[in-house]
Amino acid sequence: MSGNDRDAAVRRLLQGPARPVPPEIHTEAVRRGGRMLRRRTLARRIMWLLLCAAAVAFTVWALTARPWVEPPSDTTPPLTGW
Amino acid sequence: MLERHASRATRRAREFEAFVAGAAGRLLHAATLLTAESPDDNPRARRLLTLSLAHTYACWDRLHGEDPYDHARRQLATRFARGAWHHGVLGRSRPHPASPLAPLTPQERLVLVLRLYEGVAEEQTAALLGLSPERVRAISHRATSALLHRSRGPAPAVTAAKATP
Repeated sequence: MSGNDRDAAVRRLLQGPARPVPPEIHTEAVRRGGRMLRRRTLARRIMWLLLCAAAVAFTVWALTARPWVEPPSDTTPPLTGW
Repeated sequence: MLERHASRATRRAREFEAFVAGAAGRLLHAATLLTAESPDDNPRARRLLTLSLAHTYACWDRLHGEDPYDHARRQLATRFARGAWHHGVLGRSRPHPASPLAPLTPQERLVLVLRLYEGVAEEQTAALLGLSPERVRAISHRATSALLHRSRGPAPAVTAAKATP
């Protein structure tokens, strides 16, 4: 018995009569899939919101703290009395 | 914006309904073969198919021309492979004798259903299951031999011992 014959025999074994699909599979899949979609949308919105909040907070902090301005030196003694 | 969102949702629902009407029968049969349940009483296969279809529905807008049937089939196979591990460890599921694949292990069933019932190429099956193509060929060969020996009749005890290593 060659490989093709064996495969064909197993294929015949696997083929069965078509049975009606219960309708609740479709409704349940749509319900669960819709829930997954809504959760993904919500997660994406929360992520964007956090990103925007972080950007605003950083900008406000940078404008108030001005980390790029050289701090006044306090190691050199004041030059007085000459 | 809202209007576009709504129109996309209705289009998705319509397309998905047509897809399920056309493909669910074949997928349900494949799932029942995988779980080795009786065709008339297949709660595990139905659950497997429902979860796979739900994932396909959630990814519907991002398929971009990819075949939804292919997506659902991949989901079915990977979900069964993940679940079969737990079921096999806990030893909960007994194959129903009415199923043609009852004497095989879950992995052998998976390979046979993908290769012979669904006609997926050997390399794609191997990539999907994370095995080498040679291993897929070997499993398929072993499972085919076990099935054909059993269906011809002789020595059921030997094939049963071979099918559950």
